[in-house]
Amino acid sequence: MRPTRHVRVLQAQLRASVANAMQYRADFLLQGLLGLMWVGVSLIPLNVLYRDRQSIAGWTWPQALLVTGWFTALRAALEGAVSPSLTAVVEHVRRGTLDFVLLKPADSQFLVSTARFEPWKVLDLGASFVIMGWAFHQMGRAPAPLDLAAAALLGLVALIVLYSMWILVISLSFFIVRADNLSFLFSSLLDAARWPVQVFRGALRFLFTFIFPLALMTTYPAMAMMGTLDATTAGTALLVGFSFAAVARVVWLRALRNYTSASS
Amino acid sequence: MLRALRAYPTLLRVGIADMIAYRTEFLIWALTTNMPLVMLAVWNAAVDDGPVGRFGRPQFIAYYLITMIVRLLVSNWVVWEITMSIRHGTLATRLMRPLHPLWAWSAEQLAAVPMRLVLVAPVVVALVHAAGSELTRDPALLAIFALSLVGAWLVQFFLMVALGLASFWIESSFGLFEVWMGVNAVLGGYLVPLELLPEWLRSSTGWLPFRFLLSFPVETAMGLHPVDVALGDLGIQWAYVAVSAAATLALWRAGLRRFAAFGG
Repeated sequence: MRPTRHVRVLQAQLRASVANAMQYRADFLLQGLLGLMWVGVSLIPLNVLYRDRQSIAGWTWPQALLVTGWFTALRAALEGAVSPSLTAVVEHVRRGTLDFVLLKPADSQFLVSTARFEPWKVLDLGASFVIMGWAFHQMGRAPAPLDLAAAALLGLVALIVLYSMWILVISLSFFIVRADNLSFLFSSLLDAARWPVQVFRGALRFLFTFIFPLALMTTYPAMAMMGTLDATTAGTALLVGFSFAAVARVVWLRALRNYTSASS
Repeated sequence: MLRALRAYPTLLRVGIADMIAYRTEFLIWALTTNMPLVMLAVWNAAVDDGPVGRFGRPQFIAYYLITMIVRLLVSNWVVWEITMSIRHGTLATRLMRPLHPLWAWSAEQLAAVPMRLVLVAPVVVALVHAAGSELTRDPALLAIFALSLVGAWLVQFFLMVALGLASFWIESSFGLFEVWMGVNAVLGGYLVPLELLPEWLRSSTGWLPFRFLLSFPVETAMGLHPVDVALGDLGIQWAYVAVSAAATLALWRAGLRRFAAFGG
């Protein structure tokens, strides 16, 4: 695996995605409006919840808003850079056209992961920064530079975990043919990440912290940004993130061995 | 019409066999209806500081569990079926049969109802156990609830067929479907009980179709409205049944003229 070639491949794939997106400018408007609508929809329950109370499970309105901001950013990253390429893999496996990917002289996981981007999701990312800015405006302070750096690092970890989990879901498509339903299930579960994990109790809290680590994806980056995350949790999060990536890599390679081309 | 009635039992049997063959997919699809449970967990943490309007802990439990039940019984995936059959041209095969495709689609969706009932049973048990006292005992309201479920199923079916038929004119109905889902989640009472919404949002829900698909049956089962109000709403709902059926048939006739199948 030579790095320079993979950088060039990434450039080419990005260029193709942008060119493709530029073709459908009407879609751009629709996608932009859709994104903003979903952001609005996600703010309504939050607004209703905090209308006549100061805090829920220890989270005040601006703090919960910050988590929503991180959730918006994460979903933009997922829908812009992760899921478009990886859902295509399911179709490749079903039709047997994955052969063409495997024949190419580059790493297969890298190729399928960078096959398609949705550049318009940058708008959603922008919206998420506006929400985070709004949250800090309501807290009446700015985040400390060191906290910002920690939050950026944890955001990266969140992205790695999300990507790895998606790879795990996709790897399942080598064993069961209809995995597209699984990706719907995955995104519907991810929706719970819009709430601070402390809101959940009992079994749900355990599930969202350790098994399907939503806590790591939005709550911890938000806490790091406010400077309320302790170093041990942050360190554990880093460790969990990288082990997730390692597991996903191993599972992908093993699943690939299970692939029997369907057509040829 | 007579021919359709004769063929219908067979269509249903085929549909049920199909459901049993794809039971895992069905189960995964059903698990994507997890938003009510997440919202219930969130409200459960929020009502520590006291109830919101008429809603305390038992009311929220009843509301979200009934929401889950109604959603599982009423929703359908006919949009996918229709969009795919128009895009891939397989609609041509259906048109060859001596039976209106609408009959076949309705049979496919209706055949899923027994499986849905099996799925809903544990939720009903949980509901009666955890919040049985919040359910209405009034036989008139219970009768209205039963009729409102049928009405909701029909409106949902016709509207989703209409959305699917939009693929005759636009490239894909999925964007439209996503808009529908977002608006529906807020104005249909899926995320938050309608009476807790801010006034400017709630004012439009009285006459829009969304609440008749979900929150009207839910509120009736909880006995939140007196019998005469519920009867009036039932009238509006069944008016929507008639309007959506007529509109869908008109769309079908107009769209079919544009249809050109390739392959199939």
